Amino acid sequence: MHNATLAELSAKLARKEVSSVEVTRYFLERVAAGKALNAFITVDEEKSLAQARAADERIAKGGAHPLTGIPIAHKDLFCAKGWRTTCASKILENFIAPYDAHVIEQFNAAGAVILGKTNMDEFAMGSSNENSYFGPVKNPWDTKAVPGGSSGGSAAAVAARMAPAATGTDTGGSIRQPASFTGVSGLRPTYGRVSRYGMVAFASSLDQGGALAKSARDLAMVLDVMAGFDARDSTCMDRPKDDYVGALARGAKGLRIGVPREYFSQDLARDVGDPILAAIEEYKKQGATVVEVSLPNQHLSVPVYYVLAPAEASSNLSRYDGVRYGYRAPEYTDLLDMYKKTRAQGFGPEVKRRILIGTYVLSHGYYDAYYLKAQQIRRLIARDFAAAFGQCDLIMGPAAPCVAYDIGAKITDCVQMYLDDLYTIPINLAGLPGMSIPCGFGNKGRPVGLQIVGNYWSEALMLSAAHAFQQVTDWHTRTPPAFA
Amino acid sequence: MLSLDQIQRLAHLARLELADAEARAMRQQLNDILAMVDQMAAVDTTDVAPMSHPQEVTQRLREDRVTEADQRALFQPIAPAVDDGLYLVPKVIE
Repeated sequence: MHNATLAELSAKLARKEVSSVEVTRYFLERVAAGKALNAFITVDEEKSLAQARAADERIAKGGAHPLTGIPIAHKDLFCAKGWRTTCASKILENFIAPYDAHVIEQFNAAGAVILGKTNMDEFAMGSSNENSYFGPVKNPWDTKAVPGGSSGGSAAAVAARMAPAATGTDTGGSIRQPASFTGVSGLRPTYGRVSRYGMVAFASSLDQGGALAKSARDLAMVLDVMAGFDARDSTCMDRPKDDYVGALARGAKGLRIGVPREYFSQDLARDVGDPILAAIEEYKKQGATVVEVSLPNQHLSVPVYYVLAPAEASSNLSRYDGVRYGYRAPEYTDLLDMYKKTRAQGFGPEVKRRILIGTYVLSHGYYDAYYLKAQQIRRLIARDFAAAFGQCDLIMGPAAPCVAYDIGAKITDCVQMYLDDLYTIPINLAGLPGMSIPCGFGNKGRPVGLQIVGNYWSEALMLSAAHAFQQVTDWHTRTPPAFA
Repeated sequence: MLSLDQIQRLAHLARLELADAEARAMRQQLNDILAMVDQMAAVDTTDVAPMSHPQEVTQRLREDRVTEADQRALFQPIAPAVDDGLYLVPKVIE
C-alpha cells in the first residue's frame, strides 16, 4: 500500500477495498516505525482517525473527492486548527493554531486526512534540516546524511513511504533541494498560485507553498487541491487553475528545453552532472529539442537572496514578542527586557543570524547599498529568465550541486551552505515555478534530482514533462531499502 | 567589518539579547555573510528599477466594510499571560 500512487489509493477507497481508517492506521504505523528519522514533530492519532472516519462516511454516501480519505503530511508551518504548529522553533513550541491555513482548508474540503506535522528547519531557514529545535531529520537513503531543507521532514516522510504525499514551502529551494536529496518529486508553484493565508511567513516576496510526492502525477492531483484564488492572501493571484491531471498526457515531443551554460560549471559535482545530462538525453529521445541558454547574472542570486530574505524575515519575525502567543521568557525586569530575553531564548542561532543581517541591511545608511541594490539585481536576474524563455519552453539542470552530505558536515560554515543553493534561489527571486524529480544516484548511492523550471503559470506543462520522463524511467519508484 | 559594538546595536534594534560570547561568534559569521553579499557592489545597476515583488500587479482593493469578527475568546487561551480579556505585559507607565 505504501508504494501505491494517489490514484491507486483513491481507487481502492472508492471501491471500498480499504477504508480511510485502515489506510490512515497503516501510514500512522509506518510513521511510528520510522520514528528514528525524526521526520514528524507532531502526530495526533485521534485527530487523524476522526478525519478518516468522516472520510469513510463521505465515501459511503457518494460525492467523494479523489483525495477523500487519503492521509497527507503537512510541513509544520501550515496552521491547522487545534494542531500544534511550531515552525520547528522553541518560540512556537506550544502554539496551537486557532485557525486553518487556506491550504489546510482546501485539503479538509477535499476530505483528505491530516497525517501529522513534519519537521523542518526553524522558520524554514536552512538547507539541511539541522536547524530544527526538535533535532535534525535523517535521510531515509542513509541515516548519516541530511535530507536537505527546509522541507526535510516532508521529503523524508515521502521518501520513506510514511506519507503518500506532503506539503512543503519553497523560499530559496526548500522543496526542490530536499526532493533532490531524498529522491522524491517536488513542486514549487509560481509565486501567487497557492494562497499563503495561514502559512507562517519567512520572506514574503519569495515564499510559496507547494508539495512533495512520489511522482509528477501525484503532484498534479495535490496541486489541483492547493491551487486557486484566496482573497485573504493579497499576493494570491485571481487566475483560474489549470487541469493539471488532464494535461499530463502531453508527452515531451516538440518541447524546447533550455540548458543554461552557467549550470554546468566547476561548482557542479560530476556525480550529479552525469545523471542530469543523461536525463536531458532521455528527453531528446522522447522528441524534445535542446537549446543552450544563458543566465548571466545567476552567480549573483545567493548574495541578493541573503540581503532580501533576511530583510523580509527580520520584519516578519518581529511579531514574536511573547505577548499574544508563543513562548515568553520566565524572568525579566521590564517590557524591553521581556522582548529581548523571549526572543533570545526562543530563536535558534540561524534565525538570529538572519534577523541581525536583515536588521543591518535595512538600517539607516545601509538601505541603498544593500536592500535597494539587491532589488535592482533581482530585476536583472528575472530579465535573464525572460530572455531565456524567449528561446525555450522549460529550463532544465541540477537542483543542487551535490548529493546529500553527512549530518554535521557543513553546519559550521554557513556561507558554504548558502552557496549550495545557487541553482534553486534564482527561481524564487524571479517568482517562477520549479520542480525537482529523481533522475539517478550519485556518490554513496544518494539520489540526484533534475530541476525543471517553467515560465510563470506553466505548472501543467512542467508536470507533463516530468510525467513523460517518469513514463520511461523508474527512478521515481526507487525506494530506500530500509523502507521498501 | 562589523564591530562587536555594532553587533550589539543591531541586536538591540532587533530586540535580541546577545551574550558576549554569542556576539563574538555571530560577528565572524555575519562578516562572512556580508563579504559574500559584497559581490553585489561590482554590478552596474544604473537605471535598473528595483524589483520589490515578483508579480507586477497593483494591490487589490475591496469594499470598505468590517470583515473581521471578534475572536478574542478563541485567541486569548494561546497567550502567555491574560487577565479579564486583556493581554498582560510588564508595567510600562507609572
